Amino acid sequence: MLIFEHARPGRRNYSQAPTTTASVDGIPDHLLRKKQPLLPEVSEMDTVRHYTRLSQKNFSIDTEFYPLGSCTMKYNPRACNSLAMLPQNLARHPLAPEDTGQGFLACMYDLQEILKNITGMAGVSLTPMAGAQGELIGVMMIRAYHESRGDFARTEIIVPDAAHGTNPATAVMCGFKVVEIATDKEGNVDLDALKAAVGPQTAGLMLTNPSTLGVFEENVTEMSRVVHQAGGLLYYDGANLNAVLGKVKPGDMGFDVIHINLHKTFSTPHGGGGPGSAPVGVAKRLLPFLPVPFVTQEDGKYRWVNEKERPQSIGRLSAHMGNAGVLLRAYIYVRLLGKDGMHRIAEFATLNANYLMAELKKAGFEIAYPTRRASHEFIVTLKDIKDKTGITAMNLAKRLLDKGFHAPTTYFPMLVPECLLIEPAETESKQTLDAFVTAMKEILTEIKEQPDMVKNAPHTMPLRKLDDVKAARELDLCWKPDA
Amino acid sequence: MPFIPHTKEDIAEMLDSIGAESIETLFDEIPTDLKSGQLTEVPPGLSEMEITRLMMERANQDGLYQNFIGAGAYEHHIPAAVWQITTRGEFYSSYTPYQAEASQGTLQLLYEYQTMMASLTGMDVSNASMYDGATALAEAALMAVRSHRTSRRILIPQTVHPVYRKVVRAIVSNQKIDIIELPFCTKSGQVLPDTLEEFGKEDFAALVIPQPNFFGVLEQVDALTDWAHSKNALAIGVVNPTALALLTPPGEWGNKGADIAVGEGQPLGIPLSSGGPYFGFMACKNSLIRQIPGRIIGRTNDLDGKTGYVLTLQAREQHIRRSKATSNICTNQGLMVTAATIYMSLLGPEGLRRVAEHSHANTMELVQKLEKVSGVDRVFSGPIFHEAALKLSKPVGAILDKLKNKKILAGLNLQEFYPDLENTLLVCATETKTAADIQAFAEQFEQAFD
Repeated sequence: MLIFEHARPGRRNYSQAPTTTASVDGIPDHLLRKKQPLLPEVSEMDTVRHYTRLSQKNFSIDTEFYPLGSCTMKYNPRACNSLAMLPQNLARHPLAPEDTGQGFLACMYDLQEILKNITGMAGVSLTPMAGAQGELIGVMMIRAYHESRGDFARTEIIVPDAAHGTNPATAVMCGFKVVEIATDKEGNVDLDALKAAVGPQTAGLMLTNPSTLGVFEENVTEMSRVVHQAGGLLYYDGANLNAVLGKVKPGDMGFDVIHINLHKTFSTPHGGGGPGSAPVGVAKRLLPFLPVPFVTQEDGKYRWVNEKERPQSIGRLSAHMGNAGVLLRAYIYVRLLGKDGMHRIAEFATLNANYLMAELKKAGFEIAYPTRRASHEFIVTLKDIKDKTGITAMNLAKRLLDKGFHAPTTYFPMLVPECLLIEPAETESKQTLDAFVTAMKEILTEIKEQPDMVKNAPHTMPLRKLDDVKAARELDLCWKPDA
Repeated sequence: MPFIPHTKEDIAEMLDSIGAESIETLFDEIPTDLKSGQLTEVPPGLSEMEITRLMMERANQDGLYQNFIGAGAYEHHIPAAVWQITTRGEFYSSYTPYQAEASQGTLQLLYEYQTMMASLTGMDVSNASMYDGATALAEAALMAVRSHRTSRRILIPQTVHPVYRKVVRAIVSNQKIDIIELPFCTKSGQVLPDTLEEFGKEDFAALVIPQPNFFGVLEQVDALTDWAHSKNALAIGVVNPTALALLTPPGEWGNKGADIAVGEGQPLGIPLSSGGPYFGFMACKNSLIRQIPGRIIGRTNDLDGKTGYVLTLQAREQHIRRSKATSNICTNQGLMVTAATIYMSLLGPEGLRRVAEHSHANTMELVQKLEKVSGVDRVFSGPIFHEAALKLSKPVGAILDKLKNKKILAGLNLQEFYPDLENTLLVCATETKTAADIQAFAEQFEQAFD
């Protein structure tokens, strides 16, 4: 039932809104709304009950193991939320004077410094509001750098075929042509193809390392040399930074620009799809182009640096300073974990992934890159199973829901057929991983003995398999009272 | 180990299963010369008690102020239930609803949100949200250019939020799109439709229409919308969602209605929080649905014919179309939209209208009180909604400082954004201000003015 179907005309809440009407003097009648909007007329209890019940129809980290590859679904510490939501933090207006927000600005400054240290970059700006926006800003800086040197011939961005879809989409939004580079059998970017692709037209290479295939790009130093020698810049998609945090710094790998998904590595909540937050870091030669504002400190006072001081900045990408509340949560998380905790993120994410990969291999699943170490994630392919039984990766994913586990990422990266991208994250215990392996084994048996059970999954969810084709063909995007 | 549950025995058994000697062995594919040392700038970890102390100290250092700044971010009362439900783990710690059967909570909520926003804006459809109001406007400009096909010019009045204009320029600048800024009448504070002809001589893809505009002034939206349509361009409304409980929605502007409505969703239950996370909303006419960026939820059936909800029209998106996607956008502002949907449900049409009415009435009362001070005058003659620009005969900076010392943030110095508007204060008093608050502000203001 929809919230609108709980509603009755004239029902309302008396404590939450002003108790009286008030004059709208001065607003001409022709500018006033004639028909009231379709907002539900429900009681507070109806609302609380309705949305509590809806929440119970979600899988989440707080309720289930959620090994969604590439999304880093790890535990979100509750203290990060409660402290970010202190009344003073919530009440602060974005345009309030800097001297009324020194405590807040200190947190932002500290976070910038910590991120610089972790990534090995010379400067950091916190403004990007999500990974894809971080990418956009990064590629804009690459463009601004070349143009500042009078080099307008660099029209291409190179992207490996395993990259997130946001990489090529971002390059196009920045006015670049995308050149895709293939992956070799071992899961590395094809170095010869890269050498053949670079030239005076190359603006840069966007690379995720470890890649979305869950392996470390072993030739990264050589790739960096090839791209730099051609005059291009290296962009680091920080989606998988959690796999190497404290082990290797993007700056040391030769990257010039980087974004960091705080909602991944720094455990800020995914919230059903957002908000994200993706600070960007740059090497020294790109410092002038950083987006504003960012925080600086002079004589113990913090203040924003704006475009007046940074005439070459690529500008502003959000109405204020980015997702402050998410940044606070990330800051609190870093302070809770501390130096040693930062190192442990990569260590235990990698331990969990390699253990799960080893156990699933022993259970009979085919690993896409069996000769490689898993980074923080790895890929199981069901190609053979599909060829023999018709059972797909999606069928298995749905059956996992029945067994109380969220499914891994399916059908990404696209170059591995029938794939499951599995990322357990460091906060899961061995016991949980073992239970997941048991469930996967059970499904393997079911595929042999009761294939229909798997094919028609899920069975225990509030709904059975949903019809995506109908949804797209007969678009129903808004409820209508008379329908 | 904070947030890592592994015991020594677990680690030993796991390494044994992998066949690795130590955890460090698992990183043996990383070239040795690349390996980094200690993270020197990261301080040692704090306990929950210690970080609580630190964050409390910093919060107390900042303190709490009576806030009369609006300028695109508005303080409204947020019912207790909004964030108590929103921060339930099932909403807070879930992800984009890729597995629809295990995400019906988020999906149904987003469908309800889309319904509410489409109705509030008077549009046919809404997406599931954008990053914020500024980026929503930039995406609307891109959408207009895609749908117009021949022109790549966008007309944006200078009465649109100044930072929104900067963000639009930054985002579209690399796609060969021209942003033309339109002047406003310095008397009324509005864009005057009969001054636009010279800008319409050349084709343009869209005209942006703010309602209310950055000065709080109400624009002549009907005439502006019709003018844009007469030039075969789209009309993009940039609107305040609270105001929409009271004002004609963009979908009903002029003869045919605006084509796209965007805006900052923050007033709908999102705390000010230094500027984010907020969310942008975007709604449009049916004819533009395949050009809309971001996530969209559709209603469908399961195998048994039961109603359910899924992500739909994904063929527009970057994870399918890659370089040919309508936008590179991936994230929506799911958690913020969760709060906004609960907020709108709790307030209902009458509650939201009252919030709008009281915000307007309080601002009018404040303006009337301040105008009584000699040397203070309304700058613009156009009608306003819940925000007003006041010209002071004295330096605005000094007055803002004096009131700040009394724990009052008296408004925004408009000269920061409009160099020609000297000593001009933009003030806003929402429904959160009592008669006593307004009286106290007026008294302190008068003293500061002397």
